[in-house]
Amino acid sequence: MKKKQSIASDHRRGWSISRRGFLASAGTGAVAMAVSGRIFASPMGNKETAEMAPDVLSKITLHVNGHPHDLLVEPRWTLLHVLRETLGLTGTKEGCGRGECGACTVLINDIPRYACLTLAVEAEGAAVTTVEGLLDGETLGPVQSAFVEEDAFQCGYCTPGQIMSVEGLLRKNPDPSMDEIRMAVSGNLCRCGAYSHIFKAAASAAKNRRK
Amino acid sequence: MMPSFSYVRPGTLQEAVQHLSAKGAVVHGGGTDLLTCLRERIVDVQKVVSIQGLKDLYGVKETAGGGLRIGALTTITEVAEHPVIRERYPGLAQGAAEVASPPLRNQGTIGGNLCQKPRCWYFRGDFHCLRKGGDTCYAPFGENQFHAIFGSGDICYIVHPSDTAPCLSALNAEIEIAGPAGRRLLPAAEFHVLPEDYVMQETWLAPGEILTAVRLPPPPPGLRSTYRKVRARRSWDFALAGVALALQFDGDRVAGGRVVLSGAAPVPWRSRPVEDAVIGKTLDRQTIAAAAQAVVADAEPLAKNAYKIPLFRGVIEEELERISRP
Repeated sequence: MKKKQSIASDHRRGWSISRRGFLASAGTGAVAMAVSGRIFASPMGNKETAEMAPDVLSKITLHVNGHPHDLLVEPRWTLLHVLRETLGLTGTKEGCGRGECGACTVLINDIPRYACLTLAVEAEGAAVTTVEGLLDGETLGPVQSAFVEEDAFQCGYCTPGQIMSVEGLLRKNPDPSMDEIRMAVSGNLCRCGAYSHIFKAAASAAKNRRK
Repeated sequence: MMPSFSYVRPGTLQEAVQHLSAKGAVVHGGGTDLLTCLRERIVDVQKVVSIQGLKDLYGVKETAGGGLRIGALTTITEVAEHPVIRERYPGLAQGAAEVASPPLRNQGTIGGNLCQKPRCWYFRGDFHCLRKGGDTCYAPFGENQFHAIFGSGDICYIVHPSDTAPCLSALNAEIEIAGPAGRRLLPAAEFHVLPEDYVMQETWLAPGEILTAVRLPPPPPGLRSTYRKVRARRSWDFALAGVALALQFDGDRVAGGRVVLSGAAPVPWRSRPVEDAVIGKTLDRQTIAAAAQAVVADAEPLAKNAYKIPLFRGVIEEELERISRP
């Protein structure tokens, strides 16, 4: 538990004020709110909502890469669909669309999940991070740079998902073993077979991130 | 694109139960299995009822009697990593760690893992099979390499896909259920439905009912528990053969306990022949060899899954060997 807290605070240090303010209400704040008897927000950060009719657009707010977006969505739209088609964040890829390949991996409250199996309405209140969100201005983040330096891809289609799984691992565990790295990307298939370079990139990102 | 449905996220259990009593309403926990089923159009859904807003369904708490209550929305990752579960019920933590892939474990819940739909490719595919209200099971004369060797009743040959269910059954857990008629508890070992009882449902949840938690009894003295899963590849796959052991030891002697198989039958399959072979004995070579023979004594393999016979023998042999050394 202690380890988790220190990682979370370490991670948040790099965030903008608005992002931090958001997390304080949606993440750790959820516990405090539940205790103080106010409306409960789940660990996802979402609260109760009235019934949304099928085929009708309902308004939700998604927090993606530190920015709130007011959006109109159908209940059946996945987070993947909204990221790509509404927000234009095409870094997140659709592969199988059924949770078997990992191309659509994003972070939700710092935890890797498949955007193809997450309804957009379910992500309301959560902090969503896509591969675009790892950029610092126009500079690649440490995990992205490590993938370039270690030549950790061929066709590149699985790469955003691989990067998000590694990013999620390092936010939870800044100094992973090789076994932990292999486990962390075991939900991301690479048909080109770049695995050994992906493992190297993850190890090198962990090292660079700790500097 | 998935078929259309309405969506609601109620704030109380009572409202959730009301919504679920409507025709075509389904529970959304983590959503991993539900969204796959919707996309593949193997369930007919009008309304998705998200239970993410229900506070009482989160968290792992110690119960008054010394056991644990694991809220239904506890993720599989949380179950696998929880220090108390790892210490007192390591078999359950091991089972959770073997589920699917890391992102699916981060999203999937313990409740959903118990309620998931089977992976039979006829059921998931474009076949109007018995389980979907048709009049034929395609497995006995089709591609049946991943199907059941026990418990089909010659009706439906799915294997239950859960890794945590056999562990909970072995550990004598109870399932906490809320519904229109109030709350009830069901032993984990009686939660799943055999094809001969009803082929179109995997659990005994009635319409409008929600699995709210699993309850583990306090660990009995001398309890050791393990889970072993054998699959075609090391990560992200379902069990070809697996076993959850929860045995109570009195010194070297097995005083009691349960043995439950995965990848074997339409429900987590309690292997009484193995229990009979080991209870009251020390796990020496002779006992382990007898148990490994006993596990498949009643098996009824199909044309393409007879490899499960030596596989289960091997799994039982290795796991009894492992549990005999604390």
